[in-house]
Amino acid sequence: MKKEQTTEKIVDYTDDYPLFRPEMKKDYTILVPDMLPWHFDLLVHVMRQQGYKVDVLHNDTRAVIDEGLKHVHNDTCFPALCVIGQYLDALKSGKYDVNKTAVLITQSGGGCRASNYIPLIRKALKAEFPNVPVLSLNFAGLEKGNGLELNLKFLLKLAYSIYYGDLIMSLYNQTKPYEKQEGDSAKARVACVEKMKTALDDGSYNKLKRNVKYLLNTFSAVPVTNEEKVKVGIVGEIYVKYSPLGNSHLEEFLLSENCEPVVPALMDFILYCVINNINDATFYGHKSMATVAFRFVYRWLYKKQKKIIKWTKKYSRYEPLHDFEHLRRCADKVINQGVKMGEGWLIPAEMAALAETGTENIVCAQPFGCLPNHIAGKGAVRALKALYEYENIVPVDYDPSATRVNQENRIKLMLATARENLKEKQTKRNI
Amino acid sequence: MAKLLGIDVGSTTVKVSVIDEAGKILYSSYERHYSRVKECVLNELEKIRPFGAQYKACITGSAGLGLAQRGNISFVQEVQSAFGAIKKFYPDADAAVELGGEDAKIIFITGGTEQRMNGSCAGGTGAFIDQMATLLDITVNEMDALALKAEKAYPIASRCGVFAKSDIQPLLNQGASKEDISASIFQAVVDQTVSGLAQGRRIIGKVLFLGGPLYFLQSLRKAFQNTLKLDDAHAIFPENAPCFMSIGAALYAESSREEALDELIKRLSAVSENDDIAVGDPLFADRTEYDEFIARHMRSDLAFEDVKKYEGDAYLGIDSGSTTTKLMLITPDCKILYSHYQSNNGQPLRIVTERLREIYALTGDKITIKGACVTGYGEDMMRAALKIDFGVVETVAHFKAALHFNPEVDFIIDIGGQDIKCFKVKNKAVDSIMLNEACSSGCGSFIQTFAKAMGMGIEEFSRLGLFAKHPVELGSRCTVFMNSSVKQAQKEGASVEDISAGLSSSIVKNAIYKVIRAQTPDELGKHIVVQGGTFLNDAVLRSFEKETGKQVIRPAIAGLMGAFGAALYARENAKKDTLISSIVTEAELNVFSYSSKSVNCKGCTSRCNVNILTFSDGRRFISGNKCERGAGGQPPTDMPDIYAYKYEKLLAMPVKRAGTRGKVGIPLQLVMYEQLPLWTGFFETCGFEVVLSEKSSRELYFKGQHTVASDTACYPAKLIHGHIESLLDKGVDFIFYPCESYNLDEHDSVNHYNCPVVAYYPELLKANNDRLTDENFIMPYIDPNQEKATVKTLCRALKKYKLSSSLVRKGLREGMRRMEEYHASVVRKGKEILARAKREGKEVVVLAGRPYHVDPEINHGINKLLNSLGFAVLSEDAVFEEGNLVKVNVLNQWTYHARLYRSAEFAARNQNVNLVQLVSFGCGIDAVTTDEVRSILERNGKLYTQIKIDEINNLGVVKIRLRSMLAAIEEQKNARAASQNGERERV
Repeated sequence: MKKEQTTEKIVDYTDDYPLFRPEMKKDYTILVPDMLPWHFDLLVHVMRQQGYKVDVLHNDTRAVIDEGLKHVHNDTCFPALCVIGQYLDALKSGKYDVNKTAVLITQSGGGCRASNYIPLIRKALKAEFPNVPVLSLNFAGLEKGNGLELNLKFLLKLAYSIYYGDLIMSLYNQTKPYEKQEGDSAKARVACVEKMKTALDDGSYNKLKRNVKYLLNTFSAVPVTNEEKVKVGIVGEIYVKYSPLGNSHLEEFLLSENCEPVVPALMDFILYCVINNINDATFYGHKSMATVAFRFVYRWLYKKQKKIIKWTKKYSRYEPLHDFEHLRRCADKVINQGVKMGEGWLIPAEMAALAETGTENIVCAQPFGCLPNHIAGKGAVRALKALYEYENIVPVDYDPSATRVNQENRIKLMLATARENLKEKQTKRNI
Repeated sequence: MAKLLGIDVGSTTVKVSVIDEAGKILYSSYERHYSRVKECVLNELEKIRPFGAQYKACITGSAGLGLAQRGNISFVQEVQSAFGAIKKFYPDADAAVELGGEDAKIIFITGGTEQRMNGSCAGGTGAFIDQMATLLDITVNEMDALALKAEKAYPIASRCGVFAKSDIQPLLNQGASKEDISASIFQAVVDQTVSGLAQGRRIIGKVLFLGGPLYFLQSLRKAFQNTLKLDDAHAIFPENAPCFMSIGAALYAESSREEALDELIKRLSAVSENDDIAVGDPLFADRTEYDEFIARHMRSDLAFEDVKKYEGDAYLGIDSGSTTTKLMLITPDCKILYSHYQSNNGQPLRIVTERLREIYALTGDKITIKGACVTGYGEDMMRAALKIDFGVVETVAHFKAALHFNPEVDFIIDIGGQDIKCFKVKNKAVDSIMLNEACSSGCGSFIQTFAKAMGMGIEEFSRLGLFAKHPVELGSRCTVFMNSSVKQAQKEGASVEDISAGLSSSIVKNAIYKVIRAQTPDELGKHIVVQGGTFLNDAVLRSFEKETGKQVIRPAIAGLMGAFGAALYARENAKKDTLISSIVTEAELNVFSYSSKSVNCKGCTSRCNVNILTFSDGRRFISGNKCERGAGGQPPTDMPDIYAYKYEKLLAMPVKRAGTRGKVGIPLQLVMYEQLPLWTGFFETCGFEVVLSEKSSRELYFKGQHTVASDTACYPAKLIHGHIESLLDKGVDFIFYPCESYNLDEHDSVNHYNCPVVAYYPELLKANNDRLTDENFIMPYIDPNQEKATVKTLCRALKKYKLSSSLVRKGLREGMRRMEEYHASVVRKGKEILARAKREGKEVVVLAGRPYHVDPEINHGINKLLNSLGFAVLSEDAVFEEGNLVKVNVLNQWTYHARLYRSAEFAARNQNVNLVQLVSFGCGIDAVTTDEVRSILERNGKLYTQIKIDEINNLGVVKIRLRSMLAAIEEQKNARAASQNGERERV
């Protein structure tokens, strides 16, 4: 059923761009956008261990957005705009030697526009910073010879770091709103991050049980009240879900509104990417050697996740992170797992899983005009509401010109309903 | 005892209510705050003294949050406060609709409480109504009164004011009555609320209507009642509707602490202006800088000649724009004899005839008009009505005029009331043209509307901005967004001066970074001429100079450049031997009259709404038609147009024969415009009858609009909802619509994905339409490249029909055969058209988009327009196989987009072949492809033209673009011919 190729000649319309060659590792500083504040503490540490000089960008002014607006097409997604804005703003700051600086971006290789961030960044840098190479971090085999040198140990460390980052994020969010002494949770977070860094340094990072226990013990040592607060889940496009620059500091806003933010794990997104490759084999017969490898990776990662959940369950104070197989079952209730572009089926799956674990109030964060989100975000809300009685979802568009007033007003509306629901549930319980 | 005090601070108004302990409403007020939120609230608070000294207060409303926070007063979200008030006063209500200045909300009370608010990109609010009233040049109340007398309503897009304008403008220019247009606007607001907000949930039972617009506007009420089919007992318009939210807030104040009114006032007065907002530099450092600036621009002026005294030849230029009409009469040495600038008021022809009479009266027989030329939207009509010698496309007219002020001009930007036009000049010809698209507007009329909202005239408002100390940064996007930015700034306490200056700079930034998409100001060019009425505003001009860092030329006649250019064109092109222009003479003018009527053309199934002008001498002028047939011409029989060919071929695809197994419905949209042959082949082989959905139309769209979940998806996607409804109504056994992550692998790209919307839209349809079930909607996940897996999947999906896998395989192969046959026929037809065009010396346009752009409701007849301009029309899928494989900068991973690149490569290599890219509004992927297609063409010295299409049908703008392209092609050809001649001479 395949069409044959018609011509052989290839005309090259690509521009020249600098590549990141292995020897640059020594004296190039690699800039990383502020995407995953919870995980970068550890991930960046791992990269530094590998000998890379890494700098996470924290610039968060209007100038960042303005730079982005100038260099990115109107209809391009907001995350690209934020990331590019951060790079340009940083490069223009004079803090970096522009002949010895590179920038790093992740690439998923899926059918969504996000796979095209690299060329967009190159285009944006071309005019003013032609010597700055753009590195790709991807597992889809794109941009060969222009990324980080990945070896098994490096990958293992990244995987463990993500697990620890997820857990720290989850425990912090479950402790912070209830702490008796202001600042205790933040201290616990610092202690945990430092401990995990040490573990990465001395090689004990793979002692999963010991490390997880440490995190659980450290946070559960924080004295807390037992009041009941409104829990609000954050799901959506991966960048605006985690990045404070992307979501106008959503987690902080929810805390200030006296809520508990519930942010699903980053590892779920990684497992989602892995399982999609396996699904392709079952759905369409795309079987290859890679499928076998993906199956192996999936089993390995999932086993670790199961263990962490098991250990967390021993601490009744904490709701464990989602079980990925449960997420998949949740997805099946709402949408087909074939929806695999962008965050695809993971978004409705997380919304359903959150509802099933007591977090029915959800902010579905999406960049304005995000294509997969038409279907998996806004498009799935109705089906979810039919499934769960108290499901209370507010889709929020993030956009350079959408103002915080507008976004917060919508979230506040959701919160008002959430508080009513909480009261109603409490009354029901007391009867 | 303390009274309860509720304060509702909306985007445009402040509402204050006082309630006693028993819940009795003692006082309610409703005031516009003109952005002076704090002052207005304080004023209102003074008025409640008679009701007591002790209060419990609560604030609500979108602009009240900041005030509440900084004044330490409790706050309740406005929908929540409405909800509280409803429960108290109307416990039996089932739903409530509330329209505010800038938001629209629906609260469902019974059957599952739910509260909905408009998204950040949704018109259909009070601001939208204000904007439309400004456009019609009447007040909102007048509009209301007019609408009550309407006879019919036209379909108008209400998602966004910009779209609505594009719908209304042609109606106005065609002479549709203001009554009907007013009613259409209100109907649009209703449709937006019912479809955009309710999204499938029906608004039934006892419905409350709240908010200012619904209280004050009778027509809006009527439209809501009619659309929702509510009788008077079920449609409730509370007496206190405008203040409803403040009453709700007062109810919530119950739990606030009690305090003295004086204490409250004291605290609110102390609320400081916050410096949280981003501010820019002042426009002028001091008075001297301003004076210098003014003096510099005074130099770009034209000389005047007294029209009463002058004797001799003259040339007349008319610019019949979408909102204004401009006329200019010049002497052969370019002195101004007469000029005029006036808003159309929907009757451009009357204005021009009046002015012509005036000119004739002023000049008597001293002046001979040697030539006349008209440009702008009304060009065709004016030429026909007044027998004007020449017509010229706007861009060329503006270029001619700019050339007069600076012979070296290389960049022209024109910001008018409704549109922004920019173009670069290369080799003395208009090179690339940029016009504002649906979502990057932010033109002059925005400031005007805003000034009005502030209660002042545009001059006064913009003058305020000149010396603002801290202009606020308001972002640079669509006007709706700007409105919210202004709201934010107001909340933070920005002054009117700062907002005025901020708006000017927003307009400029919008033009530079969004419309022109310049990365650095240097890209614009060295010699910039700015024009258009908006640039007469010194604050805008200054912002432009500051943002670009360049001194530009603004002619004193900035608003009249189109007319001046047209006059210059007439001067250049009037033949030496003509004695006099063909324009109607004074005598003819005295007996000239016309009448207009609008009818539905019955020439074909498109049923265009055409407007017929009949002149007193019996001539007729028809507009609004999409093809020649409507204009009374012959039906097109053999136009070189592959779009028409493809469309007809696809419609004829299913054989009309009863199937033994049942009827399968296929929605003819998105991927089906490519794969219809495949699936008809498949199903017919398997013994099904294939039924296609109705042809796309605006009506069909409205039919499915209530199930559209995401308003910002592309129009082709949103249309499917209607197709699904039509299939359900046709009574098919099931609808077949597969999900396909992967498209056909054509071996020319890294991967071969579909775009996410094309790939998974069935999921959205299923989740948002109650009528669809697992039984009647079959949406298997299929990769058409994998026969084995597909056979398995289809057997499973259709297991009710017990098809054997060998039959399914046979069907699939037959389908594939038909699809290949279809493609081959398209390619063959393409070659035929190409050969014919070459033979006849015609220019060819590859109208490159996606397969579904073949749908006439989506392409709005651009193919026919191209034909009428003399182009032969090809499509991307007809030519891409002739193009070489290309390596592009971006990740080439979508099948349809890979075709785009290759067809651009093909166009780039072939003389007489041009490419016009069709882009659907909201298509995120084309944000990636357009730059690549542009670079492939431009590296080969070809022009790049892009046309953005959406639900609005406004061929006027498209026509300007295509005619400018035609003019540039001609210019290029002439230059080429000239240089070849030059070479020959040298030899």
